[in-house]
Amino acid sequence: MSKRVFVLVSMLVGLSMLFTACAPAPAATEAPPVEGPTSAPAPAAFTCTDSIGCVDIGPTDPIHIAYLLVVAGPNETLGVDSRNGIEIAIDDAGGKILDHDVKFDGEDGGCDAGPGQTAGAKLAADNTIVAVIGTSCSSEARAAEPLLSQAGFVTVSPSNTAPDLTEAGNANNYPGYLRTAHNDKVQGAVAAKYVYEVAKKTKAATIHDGSLYADKLQAVFAEEFKKMGGTITAQTAVDPNQTDMSSVLADIAAGAPEMIYFPIFQPAGPLIIQQARQNAVLKDALLMGADGLFSPDVVTGAGDFVEGFHVSSPLVTGADYDAFVAKYTTKFGKAPISIFHAHAYDAFNMIKAAIEKVAVVDADGTIHIGRQALRDAMYATKDFKGLTGVLSCTPTGDCANPTIGVYEYHKGQYPPELIWPK
Amino acid sequence: MLRTWRQRVTLIDLMVWAIGVAIAVVVVVGTIKTLQSGKYEPGVWLDLTFKGLALGGVYALIAMGYTLVYGILKMINFAHSEVFMSGPFTAVFLAISFSKSGFMDANPVVGMALVTILSAAVSAGVAVLVERVAYRPLRNAPRLVPLITAIGASFFLQYAFRGLYGSGFKAYPTLRALQGSINFLGIQIFNTQLVVILGAFVMMVVLYAVVQRTKVGKAMRAVSEDKEAAALMGIDVDRVIVFTFALGGASAGIAGILYILIFPIAWFYMGFIPALKAFTAAVLGGIGNVAGAFLGAMVLGLLESVGPNLFLDGLGVPTPSQLKDAIAFVILVFILIFRPSGILGEAVTDKA
Repeated sequence: MSKRVFVLVSMLVGLSMLFTACAPAPAATEAPPVEGPTSAPAPAAFTCTDSIGCVDIGPTDPIHIAYLLVVAGPNETLGVDSRNGIEIAIDDAGGKILDHDVKFDGEDGGCDAGPGQTAGAKLAADNTIVAVIGTSCSSEARAAEPLLSQAGFVTVSPSNTAPDLTEAGNANNYPGYLRTAHNDKVQGAVAAKYVYEVAKKTKAATIHDGSLYADKLQAVFAEEFKKMGGTITAQTAVDPNQTDMSSVLADIAAGAPEMIYFPIFQPAGPLIIQQARQNAVLKDALLMGADGLFSPDVVTGAGDFVEGFHVSSPLVTGADYDAFVAKYTTKFGKAPISIFHAHAYDAFNMIKAAIEKVAVVDADGTIHIGRQALRDAMYATKDFKGLTGVLSCTPTGDCANPTIGVYEYHKGQYPPELIWPK
Repeated sequence: MLRTWRQRVTLIDLMVWAIGVAIAVVVVVGTIKTLQSGKYEPGVWLDLTFKGLALGGVYALIAMGYTLVYGILKMINFAHSEVFMSGPFTAVFLAISFSKSGFMDANPVVGMALVTILSAAVSAGVAVLVERVAYRPLRNAPRLVPLITAIGASFFLQYAFRGLYGSGFKAYPTLRALQGSINFLGIQIFNTQLVVILGAFVMMVVLYAVVQRTKVGKAMRAVSEDKEAAALMGIDVDRVIVFTFALGGASAGIAGILYILIFPIAWFYMGFIPALKAFTAAVLGGIGNVAGAFLGAMVLGLLESVGPNLFLDGLGVPTPSQLKDAIAFVILVFILIFRPSGILGEAVTDKA
């Protein structure tokens, strides 16, 4: 008896595995069978013809938008700030898209590939999600995007900047992925131009931390810097959680550069600032990071040594932005804690606009959204007026229209002072 | 009966020796090439040496916790990394408030003493708590059982502190009194490094004295030798064990403050790597041996600091500093191949 039960159970398990393996990419709905003409003039039932499936949202169900941002750990200000931006965008929309409530939740991506993949897998399993806003860090994107893209979602990142992610033909450019953050081809070039032409430094060294973002950004910087006539004395790397930088700084000091470019994260960034300032050769070198080190934690982390530390970062201005900052300050009790809040705000509004464009609304209020149609609408975004400028998306997902500024930190002060362009 | 060398030397032995020789060749060739290239000034090596010694001092104090507990209970307290983290991660709040009120700049010695005492007290408290809750109920269980609870306790503490103080990091305020450097025979030594090296050394002497010269130290050694016999002689074994944990914890808390002087950032995950290194140092020196832990920690600190540039730079390895942990652990393997019980360790027979 028990043997037969066992055989039965194992057959069922085997069959279910077979079906799972054969199932098409997760589609939220099975297309209902097309009914023949009926006598009653009932409203034609919606038929999903989308190539990667549809999301159906019942009359009283919410529209589910998720985030995948770094909201815990040493880089939490980056992701929490973006999430705050999205919450304000939802408030501004009255909490609704097409008269449906917005359900907003998400996962922490830890600004790293491992936790990013875990979070991506969790979100990909939830087929009520229409779009994901994220990730915060490019390494997370590389790990999570294959899963999110496979699940049919639209993903809009407010702060991924690695060039790979939107490069045509690159394995890291996934369908459904867009970003409102700038491409680091722009940021790296601006940083190199500032260092060579404004700060008049001709010998530079770079440090990355093995993350997709830092590695690509320093490569762009080095290439542009060399093109202008500068010399790169060393291109080296640290671990994201490394504390002792003496060995890498000794390596760099041997080439006696006038500046060090380290577009990395925390806590390694502040530790490099402190230890470079105490290095006999490097103590007067220009230290420069990028948007990953635009955070109040840099001021506390580097203490007095933060004085004179430079970062490049997007420059967002305008009356709309000022109004946004006022709302932010009222809602969260403090001024923005990082830099990609406006980008996240724009990301939500782009998604909202695209949903409104493609959604099919039934008489009873049920909404049907074709996933591929939504993606197409997102990529077709043109002249979208956002806080960060007028956005138009390329076919590979670059939507930003960036101005990059250079900022200088002073001890005990946040945010840092904008020094270029004046 | 004499056997020929063919019978005595197994294939495994040969392979192990081959690995040892390969490591030695890489180290020697790398060192010669680096020095020949003349990329680094002699001052750089001295600088790295002092950094290595400071780091070694911190490792030595953490290693005390491992080695004292091992000496008595023959178990590895894997929650020690969190004992180390709890002190400085708690004391950071006191340091920040002292710094904000200006008390730290006015009375740096008193201020730092209070911060250090708080850190040591918290770490000792956590160590005693772990012993009471996680280890004592399992005192007579098979030896693998407390090892697993240790790992569980480690995770529990890590995330408990994350819940308490948040997952972001807290920066220690810059200690203005310790800024700057002194010139010693033409070598520039930073005041912080000097304080760390001296502090670690003084603490080691104190710990050694406690174990060797005091009554409770004698009791510790007695319990370490034979628990039952010690109990028969009227020693309260439980109290001695609690004292051992408290001593190891306090030394970890002080190590935490010294660590924070060099790397002034505290967060819930800060204990993992330094404690792993300290554990390595304890094994390297011969676990259960106080002097051995000190020696092992100094060797490890130096290797880690000087090693990447000295051994790997000349071989043309890009970004050698990312490999500093690998160097530390490869050298550990190297030393254990030739001295399986550590530098100062004696071959211990397993009594269990």
